[in-house]
Amino acid sequence: MKREELMVAAIKNGTVIDHIPCGKLFEVVSLLRLAEVQTGSIMIGCNLASSKMGSKSIIKIADKFFSDAELNQLSVVAPNVTLCIIRDYEVVEKRRVSLPQALKGIVRCGNPKCITNNEPMDTHFHVVDVDKGVISCHYCNKEQSLDSVKLV
Amino acid sequence: MAESLVTIATLTREKIDYLLEMAQEFEKHPNRKLLDGRVVATLFFEPSTRTRLSFETAASRLGARVIGFTDPKVTSSTKGETLKDTIMMVGNYADIIVMRHYLEGAARYAAEVSPVPVVNAGDGANQHPTQTMLDLYSIKKTQGTLENLNIYMVGDLKYGRTVHSLLQAMRHYNPTFHFIAPRELAMPEEYKLYCDARGIKYVEHEDFNEDVISGADILYMTRVQRERFTDLMEYERVKDVYILRESMLGKAKENMRILHPLPRVNEIAYDVDASPHAYYFEQARNGLYAREAILCNALGITLEEVRADQTIIL
Ligand SMILES: [Zn+2]
Repeated sequence: MKREELMVAAIKNGTVIDHIPCGKLFEVVSLLRLAEVQTGSIMIGCNLASSKMGSKSIIKIADKFFSDAELNQLSVVAPNVTLCIIRDYEVVEKRRVSLPQALKGIVRCGNPKCITNNEPMDTHFHVVDVDKGVISCHYCNKEQSLDSVKLV
Repeated sequence: MAESLVTIATLTREKIDYLLEMAQEFEKHPNRKLLDGRVVATLFFEPSTRTRLSFETAASRLGARVIGFTDPKVTSSTKGETLKDTIMMVGNYADIIVMRHYLEGAARYAAEVSPVPVVNAGDGANQHPTQTMLDLYSIKKTQGTLENLNIYMVGDLKYGRTVHSLLQAMRHYNPTFHFIAPRELAMPEEYKLYCDARGIKYVEHEDFNEDVISGADILYMTRVQRERFTDLMEYERVKDVYILRESMLGKAKENMRILHPLPRVNEIAYDVDASPHAYYFEQARNGLYAREAILCNALGITLEEVRADQTIIL
């Protein structure tokens, strides 16, 4: 294990989310509702040196395993994160996140005249172009880029 | 099976053809008792007298009773009631809801939460499917077919939702489009990409004259509104360019018909009204038949049932 990663204590079982851009750390925290996680300790490392990214953030969540749907939400803010599933201090699974076909209740519609911005309801988007990160609102049909959308 | 109508963009060709056939039955006999005992609610969160009158006439001619509101000021939405609550409440009273709303996507949402079918009578700049159905009906009636036609769209192609919906609905019928508009109001890129992706041919023009329109089967006029321009100098330059006059019809094909969603302001000169090419008033009348079909289909009444209907009032 690299020295930078050792700066954040190892966990016995749980989930590690690595290669988070530092500016996106708090969005990842809120998307996964980490403030509500009660199962075990959560360690967050910020501004760590990374050969790939310059600097990065990492989150280790002990004794917590997320569903694919929960993890794939991260693709909206940090599409290049690495996920590691840890069991008994070993990485048993390593994977990337992928943009789900539908995004429900995750991002806000950029159209101020959209019903979703004027009614207490969940937003709903369809992914139009995975590579370019283009999504379209299920309600008002406006296409928008993932780079410009805000989380709900 | 009862079903809502939110958009034309996702309707199959079979469904569009089916609804047009049903509308044809209603043109033969518009007055019936097919909806006797039913209650149609027209909820207009934004006023639109023409669309409301057309729906209410369609419902009345089929024997339904109509409830609803036309002025959002008298409803509780100004007291902060959500759209969902209004729809749930009205859904207890009516068999079907016809809704016009100023917010985009309101119809989709209403259809999702409503216990009864919802017909979209326009949701902001988004969709207005019954207008498109009557446009299609008018095109088919005047040309005898929807296939292989030259459709010329003129005026505000940027904000005009009727031209966008018509463009999407025509995708099934191998059209050739001509987009005639000032640069500021040109057809948006996303609709040109939509055509490209489906192999639909289109030509763009800034000029609007006798020669440009000589190949048209359908000339679909829209209004160029002052408030759409960021550059008022540009508006002054083009405001009189996209006006259709009788003198421009000399080279028109005999079958060419002029459509307009109405109301017009000055984009079609009055001397065009007497031309055999003018069709916009009949077009509005076709809205009655199209909406009779849409109401019946939404309530689960089939084409066979309409054909076998014994309730016709002669
Ligand atoms: Zn939207």
